[in-house]
Amino acid sequence: MRRTTMVAALAAASLTLAACGGNSGGSNATNDDATGGGDEAAGGDSGEVEVFTWWAAGSEKLGLDAMVEVFNTQHPDIEFVNGAVAGGAGSAAKDLLQSRLQANDPPDTFQGHAGAELKDYIDAGQLEDVSDLYEEFGLTEVFPQDLIDLLTVDDAIYSVPSNIHRSNVVWANPTVLEEAGIDPTAVPASIDEWITDLEAVQEAGGTPLSVATTWTQVHLLETVLMAELGAEAYTGLWDGSTDWEGAEVTGALETFEQLMSFTNTDRDGLDWPEATQMVIDGSAAYNIMGDWAVAAFEEQGVEDYVHFPVPGTDGVFGFLADSFTLPVGSPNPDGARAWLETVGSLEGQVAFNQAKGSIPARTDADASEFSEYQQTAIESYGQDTIVPSVAHGAASSVAVLNGISDATSKFTTGGSDLATFQSELVAAVAG
Amino acid sequence: MTRTIRRWGPPVLLLTPSIILIAVFVYGLIGINFQTSLTDSHTAPQATGQAPTAFVGLENYFALLGDDAFQHSLKNLVLYTVVFLVGTMVLGFVWAWLLDKPIKGEGIFRSVYLFPMAVSFVASGVVWRWLLNSNEGENASGLNRLFQIIGLDFLQNPWWNNVTWGIAAIALPAIWQLSGYVMALFLAGFRGIPEELREAGRVDGASEWKLYRHVLFPQLSPVALSALVIVGHMSLKAFDLIMSISKPANYQTKVPAIDMYLYKSSFDYANSAAVGSILLIIVAAVIIPYLVHNARAERR
Repeated sequence: MRRTTMVAALAAASLTLAACGGNSGGSNATNDDATGGGDEAAGGDSGEVEVFTWWAAGSEKLGLDAMVEVFNTQHPDIEFVNGAVAGGAGSAAKDLLQSRLQANDPPDTFQGHAGAELKDYIDAGQLEDVSDLYEEFGLTEVFPQDLIDLLTVDDAIYSVPSNIHRSNVVWANPTVLEEAGIDPTAVPASIDEWITDLEAVQEAGGTPLSVATTWTQVHLLETVLMAELGAEAYTGLWDGSTDWEGAEVTGALETFEQLMSFTNTDRDGLDWPEATQMVIDGSAAYNIMGDWAVAAFEEQGVEDYVHFPVPGTDGVFGFLADSFTLPVGSPNPDGARAWLETVGSLEGQVAFNQAKGSIPARTDADASEFSEYQQTAIESYGQDTIVPSVAHGAASSVAVLNGISDATSKFTTGGSDLATFQSELVAAVAG
Repeated sequence: MTRTIRRWGPPVLLLTPSIILIAVFVYGLIGINFQTSLTDSHTAPQATGQAPTAFVGLENYFALLGDDAFQHSLKNLVLYTVVFLVGTMVLGFVWAWLLDKPIKGEGIFRSVYLFPMAVSFVASGVVWRWLLNSNEGENASGLNRLFQIIGLDFLQNPWWNNVTWGIAAIALPAIWQLSGYVMALFLAGFRGIPEELREAGRVDGASEWKLYRHVLFPQLSPVALSALVIVGHMSLKAFDLIMSISKPANYQTKVPAIDMYLYKSSFDYANSAAVGSILLIIVAAVIIPYLVHNARAERR
């Protein structure tokens, strides 16, 4: 009996010790970290720079590697630390970033979609104004004015874009089009004309338009809004100058409803690669997707494909961009500035975008160094009106985008009628 | 004095670390969560303390419960729970009843039924997403294709993509995974009933049905209650299976846990915390009566 008591007491004592040890160890570690961070900040422009992205695989990873190579030649004294977080098309990284910023433990610089998606971080006082860097690196002259206007929030700019993607592109399979009696080289001038083609495909027995889960449906919706409202009124949807309750929007939503009736029924279970794959495999004729889809065609060696701007949006460039920021309390702000310099530089942008398949945000890049699709995108980017994409965070805050997604999903699954859909969109944008 | 210390000291010492940890990390955080749910912290600046938050009482709760979208989530949760509970209880009981008869290869059947439980919800969700593909007709795949092959075309349906009943389809994989576990519980219950009781019943002239009705079922009721509570609370917390079959933004499969995740990702911490509290209250409504019942039974 006595022995058990002793064993128990011993065990208890060691447990308590272990607990204390754990605690003090933990607090020591954080202290070390804090002082470590302080030293780095005091150390100036050498040291390490942690770059937080969700570019962990595929062409995105190749792009990041190419950018790092340029960074190492431009700033050999600074060590690049890869803070990439994989998973969920960036959602895993954003969740982690949210908690790191909340705990005042920001990376030196992090990736974010340029435009309104950064607004939450700006409002939360987590980002530094980098407009002085635009002057210093001469970026004001080389970025198009449309883009700079979209990046500017209350006369300040909070990020440096590394690349540009176009959202309003239709991808099509010419074989399927020919079978349905459609000339694959003819580009429909309006959505109405395009709907005639979609009907022809439906009669021939194929899926006319492939789409995937909610965000791709929002992506489809935004391109329809661009087509029906035109660039100016579309941009006005996001700054309050266009009325969401107006008849024009109702008309666009009716077109959206009609387009959704041509889509595959298993859409909600798919993500964009599967929807684009349907076009590659010939089980669907058309797919509306951003121009990262070009990588899907190229990876599989498909050369025979058709792409054109969503009918009715010729001359409009639905843009989304990845960009880098300077967080408040960055442990090595000078290192972060050096990274931003590379991101904004011509060499950095060319190296990155050749590998990733997007196009440089700078207009002074030599188009002949890029692939055939990229050349057409660079040309449009130079002359089209640039408007922000909502599905990719360029047009609205995360909360507004979530509201729009909810309303869209409810509508496309049959949970609401068109009038309810419109009123829910109004409510979502009002916040 | 020394005697009291000797008697109470070791257990108290042993328990203190876990009591402190649970007090801070479970009950303390529940308290903070509840406190957050009573504020108007709906935006990013408020979440980081850049903008002030104000106490708004139960306003968030009233707004949530009055919101169509949240009612839809709650309705989905109820539907999912009912289908999941009925499915696992019926299947689990029938399997246990069949295996209780002395049959050959009982061990094999037991493992076969129990094994799906070893698969994680995320892994099985990925497979079931394909099985529950909602295409019908020419493009069908998964179960709908299977129905076509065996000539049961009329059974084809959009599965989880039906806006009203879709969530019940997600309960299918959950039933598939957990029925074996309920079977194991019931089987243990059956084995715990001494053979003498059955014999006594038969000697007294009870029919086979009466034997079950008056001798076996009463003995099994504590097992059934445990199974109900265990499966029930799992069902109320459903998140991973839905996330891996559907997507968080899909309206047809929203449940409160998904809402909580979405509110959190759009920096609406107050509503996220309020949904969390509502879930906790619902689960507590299931668990607490069970704990009380158990405590009473033990005292007896």
